[in-house]
Amino acid sequence: MTQHALIQARDLHKYYPIKTGMFKPNQCLQALSGASFDLYAGQTLAVVGESGCGKSTLARLLTMIEQPTAGQLTLDGIDLGDAHQKEVAKKLRQTIQMVFQDPFGSLNPRQKVGDILQEPLLINTDLNANQRRERVLELMQRVGLRDEHIHRYPHMFSGGQRQRIAIARALILKPKIVVLDEPVSALDVSIQAQVINLLIELQQELGLAYVFISHDLSVVRYIADQVLVMYLGKPVEQGLSEAVFNNPQHPYTQALLSATPQANTGRKRKRIRLTGELPSPLSPPTGCSFHPRCQNAKAQCKITAPVMKQHGDISVACLLVE
Amino acid sequence: MALLEITNLTVDFATAHGSLRAVDQVSLSLDAGDIVAIVGESGSGKSVAMLALMGLLPWTATITADQMSFDGNDLLTMAPKQRRAIIGKDISMIFQEPMTSLNPCFNVEYQISEVLARHFGGRRRSYKHRVIELLEKVGIPAPETRLKAYPHQLSGGMSQRVMIAMMIACEPKLLVADEPTTALDVTIQAQILELLVELQKTNGMALVLITHDMAVVAETADRVVVQYAGQQVENRPVSELFNNPRHPYTEALLSALPEHAQEKTLNAIPGVVPGQLDRPVGCLFNPRCEYAQDLCRQQPPQKNEGILCHFPLPIKPLPPKAISQGETQVIS
Amino acid sequence: MTSLTTTSYSVRRQQWREFWFYFSASKSAVAGLVFLIGMVIMAIFADLISPHLPTEQYRKFAEIPPAWMEGGQMRFFLGTDYAGRDMLSRIIHGARLSLIAGCIVVFMSGSIGILLGLLAGFRGGWVETIIMRVMDTIMAVPGLLMALVLVAVLGPGLLNAMIAIAITYTPNFVRLTRASTLSEINKDYVTASKVAGAGPMRLMFISILPNCMAPLIVQGTLSFSTAILDTAALGFLGMGAQAPQPEWGTLIAENRDLMLSAPWTVTFAGIAILLAVLAINLMGDGLRDALDPKLKRS
Repeated sequence: MTQHALIQARDLHKYYPIKTGMFKPNQCLQALSGASFDLYAGQTLAVVGESGCGKSTLARLLTMIEQPTAGQLTLDGIDLGDAHQKEVAKKLRQTIQMVFQDPFGSLNPRQKVGDILQEPLLINTDLNANQRRERVLELMQRVGLRDEHIHRYPHMFSGGQRQRIAIARALILKPKIVVLDEPVSALDVSIQAQVINLLIELQQELGLAYVFISHDLSVVRYIADQVLVMYLGKPVEQGLSEAVFNNPQHPYTQALLSATPQANTGRKRKRIRLTGELPSPLSPPTGCSFHPRCQNAKAQCKITAPVMKQHGDISVACLLVE
Repeated sequence: MALLEITNLTVDFATAHGSLRAVDQVSLSLDAGDIVAIVGESGSGKSVAMLALMGLLPWTATITADQMSFDGNDLLTMAPKQRRAIIGKDISMIFQEPMTSLNPCFNVEYQISEVLARHFGGRRRSYKHRVIELLEKVGIPAPETRLKAYPHQLSGGMSQRVMIAMMIACEPKLLVADEPTTALDVTIQAQILELLVELQKTNGMALVLITHDMAVVAETADRVVVQYAGQQVENRPVSELFNNPRHPYTEALLSALPEHAQEKTLNAIPGVVPGQLDRPVGCLFNPRCEYAQDLCRQQPPQKNEGILCHFPLPIKPLPPKAISQGETQVIS
Repeated sequence: MTSLTTTSYSVRRQQWREFWFYFSASKSAVAGLVFLIGMVIMAIFADLISPHLPTEQYRKFAEIPPAWMEGGQMRFFLGTDYAGRDMLSRIIHGARLSLIAGCIVVFMSGSIGILLGLLAGFRGGWVETIIMRVMDTIMAVPGLLMALVLVAVLGPGLLNAMIAIAITYTPNFVRLTRASTLSEINKDYVTASKVAGAGPMRLMFISILPNCMAPLIVQGTLSFSTAILDTAALGFLGMGAQAPQPEWGTLIAENRDLMLSAPWTVTFAGIAILLAVLAINLMGDGLRDALDPKLKRS
């Protein structure tokens, strides 16, 4: 049984021109340089990296808030480059939705929850008021909230509850793909667990594909099928979650894993000390972007930029991994 | 004599909906050189307790305690002027959001030298070398070039280092770090935590680390205080707590971590932290506790062998494998 | 929340209660509100409350001092003006004119200002530049002077005075709205609406505008009081409400020559202006405290 991939991304690039003054040429912010992956129904792709790695940019490209500067993006079989943007976007809105990071900022403080949830239905469907209300109540129950909550304002809810509302909003158009941008980072541990459980349940029940963006590796390890590690806009390692976590090949992935604290005492980690700060994306280092901070850097790393090469279950972009 | 001695600290806030008890009978005792972590989720009152110590709470807060003394000085009855001489000099605090904790209008040199001039007198400009020394100490490369930088020109990690430099400028005896790395990337987080521990060792300063991240606690602290809804539920050495949590909340918190998940779903704690308006009768944790019994639902617990629980979990015998071999301990 | 069922009504009530808690924390704000309510009642029931008609002239009783002074009568409690008209009645009816002037000015400048501000903040680019430069030009001219010029062009009269003043107030609203729009437009909930497919109209009026209302309401209140003041100023200069309309500024203008010989003819109207403006400003302060979440104390 071959189902087509819900997302097919090939070599996505996104550059932003930055004005540096009236008489100087525009600088180029390389927010995303070459992400490629396939995502199938019921699977979770985790995009991992630190600030400036391009994961938020990727989220914006996938949800069609912005268009890629280069590369190909196919959602549910429809190529975004082909048809007229607006029509395609309207159709695909029901296919891909997003849950944002900040539960306090992603809900309009001046709208009641019921109205927030109805908005996508009002814009995209022809359902009448009763049908809309029914659907809203159905989803409220599904995410574990009560009917009367639709009359309340977002600030009357806790962080975890707000995130549930955000999830309900993302699901109200019955999408096939949900992009989750750090959905649990702002939540307490015990609430995190509740929300993650909810997400897993929903995925199993509805066959959703998730793009899970996070910097929290312990959560990612638990929930992801595939992992894409990014650094300064470029993918550095990619593959099945098990493979990447058990045997990371790229020095950055290794450093990231070793920097993540674990809730075990007595563990003597081999800490890979990552020195220095993230370079500015306006002027990325030559050759391999990671070389200034890499412990294993050799002369060639400064000159040649590595490309992603397949090694068994993982793809790695490193000149020293052969 | 302990460096910091807090006994039964209670903080109440006057709000639109009545009085809110943010901190309820919290006690803490600290010696020089200790690293204590205060762990809790939102609503646990962990930050509020330390802000009360520093005198940084708004006028709506009422602070009561049996004892609150630092280095022999009674902070409760102290005049504000005397208090200001201690806060910033002997007790310092660093905050969560480094990008907003620094004054955006002044450059790095100004802000750090201001602290020095305030506590040691003299002209601000005369402290330039000390400022460069401090920036070096916190690991900022080429510190002379950073002196004139403004906070918006610094990255998150850099800002936090500047913040730390500012706070250790007067060589405090106690440094309180309120979620210092929550807003930072994980590799920067590791660097900052290492820096704090290193500084703590070289200066012999006591460190109170407030965090919600159990993993950070496991790797950094000597002792842990767990807080829930303003109350202190457990106060024990780190290795003991992680191997043998005795309060049901601590146990639930540890097992809710993704790394301790044993099945398809995580061991979530049902329910939410009680807010101002829905404090349960009896033990505050009882609606969410899997071991709750009738007594728990009726009477608030007293400290029972240091644990705030009617029925603390039993002490487990140490497992036969030695911890120092680096084996991971699974909490079951 | 301990309530088992929350209806739309109970949520509203709770919000009002919370609002009142913060508003009433400032005693002066409540005093201002009370005074304003009193003024509104006075204006609505002016015909019933005032002892005489505002335009009725008692020729035999011209320039009579107030009741507590020598030569005064209870019949004309605050005295009479040069034409024998009862001051108290004139002031009571004048309240009507002042309040209406305030309302119309705020409504006009507010609605146009908010619209332009939203457009400027939302669209950016040329639209923004043009709108903001026009507003800058209006602001560069002193308010009253510009109002005078406009009235000179349009002709004197209360309505024209209101239009002129409204034009000079519009830039304030535009700036505030644009600033709020710029800060809200990058927030996640706006992006979420975009992802849901919201078009620009929905984004502007349903997503962004309600979140900009707090500073706009405060600005509206303060503009209200300034409008009363400016209307009075124009009236005093003879360019606003024309005699015999009992607008407070016009009242003062009519009796200008009697300022020294019969001071009561100008004093009480001036006091009325003072109290009205003070009350509204105090209330505006209280409103700002209640609406600004950063100033909330818990």
